[in-house]
Amino acid sequence: MPEELLRVSKIKKGTVIDHITHGYALDILKILGITGRESSGVITIAINVPSKKYGIKDIVKVEGRELKAEEVDKIALLAPHATINIIRNYKVVEKQRVKLPAVIRGIVKCANPSCISNSGEPIQPTFYVEREEPLRLRCHYCGRIMEREDVMRRF
Amino acid sequence: MGLFKDLISIKDLTREEIDHVLVTADAMEPLAASGSDMLKGKILASLFFEPSTRTRLSFEAAMLKLGGSVISITEPRVSSVEKGENLADTIRVVENYADVIVLRHPLEGAARLAAEFSSVPIINAGSGAEEHPTQALLDLFTIFKNKGDIDGLNIALMGDLRYGRTVHSLAYALSNYAVNLYLVSPRLLRMRREIVEDISGKIKVEELEDVEEILPELDVLYVTRIQKERFPDLEEYEKVKGSYKVDLNLLSKAREDLILLHPLPRVGEIAPEVDSTRHAKYFQQTRFGLITRMAILALVLGAVD
Repeated sequence: MPEELLRVSKIKKGTVIDHITHGYALDILKILGITGRESSGVITIAINVPSKKYGIKDIVKVEGRELKAEEVDKIALLAPHATINIIRNYKVVEKQRVKLPAVIRGIVKCANPSCISNSGEPIQPTFYVEREEPLRLRCHYCGRIMEREDVMRRF
Repeated sequence: MGLFKDLISIKDLTREEIDHVLVTADAMEPLAASGSDMLKGKILASLFFEPSTRTRLSFEAAMLKLGGSVISITEPRVSSVEKGENLADTIRVVENYADVIVLRHPLEGAARLAAEFSSVPIINAGSGAEEHPTQALLDLFTIFKNKGDIDGLNIALMGDLRYGRTVHSLAYALSNYAVNLYLVSPRLLRMRREIVEDISGKIKVEELEDVEEILPELDVLYVTRIQKERFPDLEEYEKVKGSYKVDLNLLSKAREDLILLHPLPRVGEIAPEVDSTRHAKYFQQTRFGLITRMAILALVLGAVD
């Protein structure tokens, strides 16, 4: 078996998250709730993969799971260049680039404990994306800035 | 509807809108003495979920001066809030009784949330450590009345710049004008990075620890209380508290026409001996606060253009 096939072997059904910003593969697993103690489904992580476009990139493959829209949005927070490939029967049936909208609602909570959005009011946490990379969000309610580390702590 | 529906954050206002508030306040100054029935039949609800004396009194007096009426929650402990009602529900009830709601709340962003649920104007009278926009407007009005202009001034904010919401709003307000802004504080109480980043793109900002370095150049010195309870180490507090005392000795190095402002209450940052000098404007600031709030109420209720 050729070496490159071993490294990034195909999956039958599931999701391939490609073009993850280098260094973020493990964070992507965390926000998808993958702990490594799942009883089934092959999970492949590739780090420092050469990429024509970005120099190096990370890849995550999750067998047996098709990502939901909300999960794709979470990935966009950390890896704005990622592509999501939905695989069925070894074939890519759907390919989409993640996209971080200008305003994000309901995906992540404000890191400021004194923010009104954390106090059980009937609203969705809302943030303005001031910068994609490195990430910089501003809370619609309290105005506090959240960066990548703050966002990670909320998952 | 007036110039703006709500007053949530000083950041929502353009320089033209701020100038318009100042000009309106200036025109309304005589009404502070004579009174008016400009807002007759209108009701102000003051919802204070945090202790306040001067801001609440100032708003209520402003409403009464213009012929309006006031209803209020001053004891959140005995209100529905204590029964667990959220702010959104409280607002949707109170909007049926009032034409304008003045809100003070311990949580940041509370006024913005209230405005989303309210059909009547919301005026933010202080939310957490975040904002106090009407204080910033009355501070600007005091500077404007004393100096005739705000552009071109050298202004220092001194004291607790980290937790003091008045200085946050004031710094944003001043960033609309061509001022040199000095932020004077101990390292532990420096202004939050995001605020410094936001304003330093617009005006010249310098951070320092010792006011004496710049005192001879200042037109305005704005002092705030250093809160002892904020210091993790009391020794640190002891070290800095003396250095921020404004007394006659310090003022002898200042310009004759320096004005000294303070949002009050003070606890020793300004010696009582200073009160009788021409520099002291902090009690005048309180009177201008009443006038500025009269203007804000008249504007949001559409009684003036």
